[in-house]
Amino acid sequence: MSTVTYLYAGAFYLAALILVLGVARKIMIYARTPVPFKIPTTPAPTTMPGVVGRMFRETVFFESLFKASKWTWIFGWVFHFAMLIVLIRHLRYFSEPVWMWVAVISPFGVYAGWAMLFGLSGLWGRRFLVDRVRYISAPSDHLMLVLLLAIVSTGLMMKYVWHTDIVAVKAFFLGLMRFDPTPLPSDPLLLTHLGLVVILMAVFPVSKLLHVPGVFFSPTRNQVDNPREFRHQGIRSS
Amino acid sequence: MKAEFTIPVVTNIPVTPSVVDGAMAHSRPFVAKSDHQTALGFPEELVEDWHDRALAKMKELLGKYRSLQVFMDSCVKCGACTDKCHYFLGTSDPKNMPVARQDLMRKVYRRYFTFAGKYFPWLVGAVDLTREVLEDWYSYYHQCSECRRCSVYCPYGIDTAEITMAGREILASVGIGQKYSNEIIGKVFKIGNNLGLPQPAMADTLLDLEEEIKEDIDVDVRLPLDDADAEVLLVSPSADFFAEPHVDGLIGYAKVFHQAGIPWTLSSHASEAANFGLFIGNDESMQKVATRIREAALELGVKRIIVGECGHAWRVAYSYWNTLIGPFDFLDPNYPAPQHICEATYDLVQAGALKFDKARNDDKVVTFHDSCNVARGSRMGNMPGGQFIIPRALIRASCNHFVDMREDSIREGTYCCGGGGGLLTDDLTELRVKGALPRVQALHEVIEQYHVTHMAAICAICKSQFTKVLPFYSLGMGMIISVHQLVGDALVLGSEQ
Ligand code: HEM
Ligand code: HEM
Ligand code: SF4
Ligand code: SF4
Repeated sequence: MSTVTYLYAGAFYLAALILVLGVARKIMIYARTPVPFKIPTTPAPTTMPGVVGRMFRETVFFESLFKASKWTWIFGWVFHFAMLIVLIRHLRYFSEPVWMWVAVISPFGVYAGWAMLFGLSGLWGRRFLVDRVRYISAPSDHLMLVLLLAIVSTGLMMKYVWHTDIVAVKAFFLGLMRFDPTPLPSDPLLLTHLGLVVILMAVFPVSKLLHVPGVFFSPTRNQVDNPREFRHQGIRSS
Repeated sequence: MKAEFTIPVVTNIPVTPSVVDGAMAHSRPFVAKSDHQTALGFPEELVEDWHDRALAKMKELLGKYRSLQVFMDSCVKCGACTDKCHYFLGTSDPKNMPVARQDLMRKVYRRYFTFAGKYFPWLVGAVDLTREVLEDWYSYYHQCSECRRCSVYCPYGIDTAEITMAGREILASVGIGQKYSNEIIGKVFKIGNNLGLPQPAMADTLLDLEEEIKEDIDVDVRLPLDDADAEVLLVSPSADFFAEPHVDGLIGYAKVFHQAGIPWTLSSHASEAANFGLFIGNDESMQKVATRIREAALELGVKRIIVGECGHAWRVAYSYWNTLIGPFDFLDPNYPAPQHICEATYDLVQAGALKFDKARNDDKVVTFHDSCNVARGSRMGNMPGGQFIIPRALIRASCNHFVDMREDSIREGTYCCGGGGGLLTDDLTELRVKGALPRVQALHEVIEQYHVTHMAAICAICKSQFTKVLPFYSLGMGMIISVHQLVGDALVLGSEQ
């Protein structure tokens, strides 16, 4: 087998390790840090099922963002929802036989890559065009969008311009999961696509992508508004 | 009104300004003197090893508050909060955008506590903790009224108030506290209220008020102090005892209790509902201030505690008291502990115990200013959003003419008065005037459209702030009134029936 195969196999193992351990470590830190007081942003639900509903609306519809800015919401929500569809479609590289629900959803998502492109471009445009957003953008904020845009563009080019050997790609990843990799096709587009994905996985736990665990641990959103009924004593979040 | 700064122009529709770098860099409140600092257990002045101590304190706070730790990591710089802060809208200074205010701390957090900031500081905008950074903190953490408006719109609920509180706590712990807040907390420790009003002075004031009411309406409405036979302990902001328009609110509470026949009392030991410990992010001070109220309630043997019209005080009472000074198992379980005066009055109205002659307020067209800490940090009644419904119900019960301001400027989206969070001090007048702009702009709309004459509020800080800043915008300081003034004026008292 070629050096490229070994290199990518190694890189994916390492990146997966960083991703899983890094995020797990952060989750542990968040979970262990006390919440000394009741600080939900009110009006807040007064029951636990109510809080579950609030969190659902936040994570699925980006409710607060919708209240804040319709443009950011459109771009952001389209990007995330399309990414979800794209990632679900990608599960066909990791399952054999392809899971039923993945097979069902996949055909509906053929344009999801384009939707991601639309969303990400809009979000990036804001960083240049809106003076307030320009002011708060660090190089890493631009680079994160560039990284995602590059992943999406290489993916779309593979799909529409220079096709890759999907069957071999799938064999490689199924092998990877059995710790027995098979040769990886070495066309530059695929290698770029995968190389960038490795970077995305590795930076996840040390970047603002921590908003993914963070959103679930935010005390202003996940607390029940019942301080008079129950004496909150600090350690737990509800 | 003349000023040494440019008073913002009130436009017909709300406007988001372009950023003007450094527009408010000069704004900073007086620094606490050594005795203001030591009373709270802080060092007298900037300590020699401030750098290390500040970082050690930051580490401690990151381990103490999940909010701070999660908020430091989670922001994606989406910009949703950037046009939500009244101080940004009023000053155009980009560091008054909530995310930029957070970033003042986040860039230091990243530098010392994260992988990316340790090894690639230029990439993530991480910086060393220098004297300049510390000065920036002092300036801009005192341009946040901890109103939580940003937190409503942030997709992760990032509450800049939590970060401001942490920033102020770190600053005070290395020796640069804020004079206004620390001096006031010291007074509460020593005397029992923000004004430093001792028991005899309080007793005199209350007697005067009783006489005033007698002269006015010829009814013997009492304002008892330290009455051991009382069922209800009323804890009110001390401004209610003498400041205008606050005092008319106090008279309103007294009339309600009088008419409902509820034996109540004020306490000279717990003569303050305000709790500036919240503002400076210091839990020990907050607990110490609150403890006086538990002590007074036990000493007087009351069955209920009711809190007067004060925004942050109600947040502390509603959200923090049970944790800080609870449990309240010595109080009557049939009533919420603590209870807001508006809840108490509302229940009486619902029960038909109060009769109103609304026509007495017919000279007024009233609107209502939701106070930020009540709106976004607490609740009234047993339904979410009761804090918006109940005060409005009281105004409608006592007035014929009521209108609301623009939807995004009220309820959970309410704009701060511009003077909350420990900023209600003359050394911050420019900030206070400019920070009031979004509220004044929304008020201007209803004045034009509905000829609104009065704006009612349920917060001592809002009342003082508007009294001071409305004249800068050529509006009468008398526009701002207490909800319980409206209630008290319209309430039909027994002997009048
Ligand atoms: C529970 C799952 C997630 C939730 C609820 C969530 C939510 C959000 C929200 C509300 C925003 C702000 C609006 C916007 O700019 O789109 C955002 C931004 C962002 N999210 Fe997520 N997200 C999730 C998962 C992810 C994942 C898995 C990734 C990465 C691969 C990601 C990457 C990003 C990026 C890069 C931004 C910043 C966009 C910009 O620069 O403007 N998110 N996310
Ligand atoms: C190990 C992980 C990944 C593998 C093996 C992989 C592989 C591939 C392959 C082989 C294609 C070409 C599909 C075709 O020709 O029909 C593709 C397309 C694409 N990839 Fe990936 N990819 C991975 C991760 C990602 C991630 C994390 C993203 C987004 C954040 C992404 C976004 C896309 C997009 C948008 C397309 C084009 C549209 C589509 O097929 O849905 N990929 N990927
Ligand atoms: S809490 Fe209020 S004052 Fe502070 S940054 Fe947020 S909106 Fe501005
Ligand atoms: S809304 Fe929240 S996530 Fe977005 S920039 Fe502001 S603080 Fe950061």
